[in-house]
Amino acid sequence: MSPAAFWQIVLELLAAGALSVPFGHYLARVFQDQKTWLDPIVDPIDRAIYRLIGPDAVNQAMDWKGYAGNMLLTNLLMGLLIYAILSWQGHLPWNPLHFADVSPFLAFNTAASFITNTNWQAYGGESTLSLFSQMAAITFPMFASAATGLVAAIAFFRALGPACDKGRNLGNFYRDFVRALTRVFLLPCLFITPILVWAGSPETLAGMVTAHLVQGGIQHIPMGPVADLEVIKHLGTNGGGFFNANSAHPFENPTPLSNVIETLLMMVTPMALVIAFGRMVASPRLARVMYGVMAFMLVVAVSVMVIAEQRGTPLLAHAGLMQHAGFGQMGGNMVGKEVRFGITQSAIFDTVSTAFTTGSVNSLLDSYTPLGGMVALVQMMLNCVFGGDGVGLLNFLMYGLFAVFIAGLMVGRTPEFLGKKIEKREIVLASLALLVHPLIILAPAAWSLMAPYGVNALGNSGSHGLSEVLYAFVSAAANNGSAFAGLNGNTPWYNIVLGLVMLFGRYASIIFMLALGGSLAAKPRVQETIGTLKIDTALFGGFWLATIIVVGALTFLPALVLGPIAEFFALYGHHALSGMGR
Amino acid sequence: MSRTFGTALRVTLLSWLMLGLGYPLLEVGVNQLIFPGPANGSLVRVAGRVVGSHLIEQRFRGSGWFHGRPSVVYMDPLSSGGSNLGPSSRRLARHLALRRVKLVARHPRLAGRRLPADMITSSASGLDPDITPANAYLQASWVARARGLPLALVRHLVTRHIHGPWLGLFGQARVNVLSLNLGLLRIVGRLGRARMAP
Repeated sequence: MSPAAFWQIVLELLAAGALSVPFGHYLARVFQDQKTWLDPIVDPIDRAIYRLIGPDAVNQAMDWKGYAGNMLLTNLLMGLLIYAILSWQGHLPWNPLHFADVSPFLAFNTAASFITNTNWQAYGGESTLSLFSQMAAITFPMFASAATGLVAAIAFFRALGPACDKGRNLGNFYRDFVRALTRVFLLPCLFITPILVWAGSPETLAGMVTAHLVQGGIQHIPMGPVADLEVIKHLGTNGGGFFNANSAHPFENPTPLSNVIETLLMMVTPMALVIAFGRMVASPRLARVMYGVMAFMLVVAVSVMVIAEQRGTPLLAHAGLMQHAGFGQMGGNMVGKEVRFGITQSAIFDTVSTAFTTGSVNSLLDSYTPLGGMVALVQMMLNCVFGGDGVGLLNFLMYGLFAVFIAGLMVGRTPEFLGKKIEKREIVLASLALLVHPLIILAPAAWSLMAPYGVNALGNSGSHGLSEVLYAFVSAAANNGSAFAGLNGNTPWYNIVLGLVMLFGRYASIIFMLALGGSLAAKPRVQETIGTLKIDTALFGGFWLATIIVVGALTFLPALVLGPIAEFFALYGHHALSGMGR
Repeated sequence: MSRTFGTALRVTLLSWLMLGLGYPLLEVGVNQLIFPGPANGSLVRVAGRVVGSHLIEQRFRGSGWFHGRPSVVYMDPLSSGGSNLGPSSRRLARHLALRRVKLVARHPRLAGRRLPADMITSSASGLDPDITPANAYLQASWVARARGLPLALVRHLVTRHIHGPWLGLFGQARVNVLSLNLGLLRIVGRLGRARMAP
């Protein structure tokens, strides 16, 4: 790795880490109803909203069923609203390019995709959606789904917290939701959007500009309210782009500066949430261990991806392309990458995007080297390298319960997590939450590979074709939304099945985890004794990491072997043997 | 139950109004006021006419111009995107070989030489407005010949158009093809006027 690449990685990760600490404390204060210095500005707004919703509705305490039920109901209504807007966009305002109504399959897929924070896009934004749809059916759920994931995690933290000793109260969904929207997401968005506009991202209601080109001919350049969407897209770990090319499009991501801003925005909330966890369960030491484990996985992932992409491939070398950086060019695998980002900024962005399950891309993952693409796949399979807003940390904690249980069995200690005994019910719920993920990935992926309507949509053949299908379902299940985009997902089969996978992947795990939270909350806190397994140590952190790797590897290694690993050996082995791989 | 439903409905509609309409429209208003240039797409005007956007690649033909990167969407901003061909795809190998052959046919000096990484690979957006300095310097040699300009002058033009990485570290040094070609036009125009003068 070149020094420039090394320092770009180090500085960006450090900057994200530095931002996450104060932001994490802020999150904890917001959701514990403590004072923050923003209160004088936001309190009147929140109060006005509470009055409109109904003041008693936001004050009533909820147990896990109430919390989950209200969350599902609200998300359902929002999903229906999005579906309706997309289906009737031809009759709604701000449609300068006169796009027709979105077809029912695609509208279902898109509504499911954006309300679940997945942001899988089976359409090209600039050729399908009106400006009204981009604002009212795309930007809106980006806030709503991020806030939903965040408050689910917050409710779970409350269940584990010291306040919840034999209690049932997980807080009030509506109150948390509104506070998440105004205090956590809207406020930063208001101030960061102008920075992105300054960097070059358009923010206009003119749908299209016609340019008369230098050498003759014309170019129709679509634009719209892009910058505001970009900010919440990354801050909310959403990932759906205004344009088909997502963050590779020069309007969505015009300069290296905007690229760094977008990368940091993706990282800051999930990282901060770990700090907030530490505060809310009164165990900052445990939070530090968790933060360390996740940061370690992220550093490994980003290093592998940067090195793999910079190394290039024998195929590119054979095509007569420079593969080493220097002399005013960057070398490496530049297929599907933009010059202003080069190799390093592209690889960092896409690693972060798949780790934090944002899913926006500034370079085409389908064209990444086998190892680079595999890093993206593995991160979404584990789904807990920080992960998306809220749910990533929930997954990580689920692995933590397993680690406690297994370690407890191995050394003969009583398995306890933050003073709560882990018993049969908890392990059953955690197992269910864990098993949903591989089930909804591997079963439909296998089906698609055997059916003609599944295989016909492939953009590449051989192992890489298998990776394309696998990637689609992993991405949908992890609510990531990035794609090996050679696969044409806009067919009835993929629209419906991927839509269902997104819904299951999102709500099944959230419900299981809230049920688990409810069960833990109701338990009495046991006193820590000499027989208690200490979990806030580096040793246990290592065991936690090992649990994640072993469980993840057992589940997904066979699929990986058939996909990216086979491709890696075929590509490098073949060229090495035939002497082409210089 | 109906009370819960009412609450959920009110939350949905209220947040929709605030975030789906209020926030984007507010940002449009504010940014049109403070950054009208970039907020409207960083358009480039020559003699009052829009000739393109600084951020969107456009096609240049012939040896007298600098060329951008290959685009699988024919540089059409209405359908941005890349090839999505995998790293071991035979079609990718064919595309690269074909682009190389075409390039070498026009500029035989390139035969057998390694090309800058961005020169025949297609970008992610299909609208990449930039090329690398290495690519631009390589093209400078035939652009200078086709235009009848001294090579040093064209190379100097390229050098003046290089944008370094942000803070000298983040991203990649790059040359905006549209700015570079407009710079070239200005030089040609100036020299033309000088020759016309008595």
